[in-house]
Amino acid sequence: MQASNRVEKTLDIKVNVREAQGDCYIVELSGEIDVYTSPKVKDAIGDLIDRGVYNLVIDLEKVRYIDSTGLGVLIGGLKRVREHGGSVNLVCTNPQIRKIFDITGLVKIFGIFDSEEAAMQALV
Amino acid sequence: MNQPLPNADDVDIVDLRIPCKAEWVALARLSVAAVASRLNFSIDEIEDIKLAVAEACTNAIQHARGSPYIEIKCEAVPSGLRLSIRDFGRGTRPEHIRSREMADERVGGLGVFLIRSLMDDVDFEVHPDQGTLLVMVKRLAV
Repeated sequence: MQASNRVEKTLDIKVNVREAQGDCYIVELSGEIDVYTSPKVKDAIGDLIDRGVYNLVIDLEKVRYIDSTGLGVLIGGLKRVREHGGSVNLVCTNPQIRKIFDITGLVKIFGIFDSEEAAMQALV
Repeated sequence: MNQPLPNADDVDIVDLRIPCKAEWVALARLSVAAVASRLNFSIDEIEDIKLAVAEACTNAIQHARGSPYIEIKCEAVPSGLRLSIRDFGRGTRPEHIRSREMADERVGGLGVFLIRSLMDDVDFEVHPDQGTLLVMVKRLAV
C-alpha cells in the first residue's frame, strides 16, 4: 500500500445530495473542504448542473473547515448555474466559516442563511 | 555533528517537512495549530493560523512546479508566532503574487488575499528557479 493511500482513509468530505421541493436540490457537506477534498465537492456539484439542476442549496452546517479551494468550487458552481438563470444559496452558522465569507466579500454574491428552509424559500 | 548543540531553553522552533501533495496539507495545518495552541493563541486566532498555513501549502502545491516537499518552520517569537513556508519549485514571479479584489467572482486567487487578511505580517521571497519562501507572523493579543 502506498503512503498516500493510507492518508486518504483519514481525510474525507462527505457529500449527501437530495432532491427538495420544486427543481431544487440540497447538497449537504460534512467534513473539511481543502485542496485535497474539494475536487469531490466540485464533481458532486458539477454532476447536478450537468443533469440540468440549476437551483442549489449547499448546506455547510457540518463543515468544520473550508479554504480557498473550497470557496473556488462554490464560486465556480454559482457561475455555472447563473448562466442558466439559477442560483446557489448557502446554509452556514459556523462563525469561523462565515468570517471567511465576510473577509473575502463573498457574502455579497452568495445568499447565506441559518437554515435549509430559509435558503430554500429564498430560492423559490 | 561538529557544531555544539544549543541549549533547549534557547530553541523555540518546530520544523515540519511534508510532501508537496494535497493529501498532506491537513497534517500541516493541524500540526501548526498544535504549536499555536501551546503559545496561548485564542481559538479564533488558531483557526486564522491554520487557514493561512493551508493556503501557503496549497499555493506551493499548485504553483511550485517540481518541488518534492514543503518545509514549515514554526518559531515562537516574543510577539507571537512566526511561520516560514518554503517550497523548492520553480516559483511564481513576484509580480504575479497579488491579492484579488473582494467580491471578485473569479475562481482562484483567494489564497494570498486570505493570508494577508488573517496574518499580521506577510512577506514573500521568490527565487524563480529555487522556490518561494513565505514568512508570516501572527501576533499575540496584548
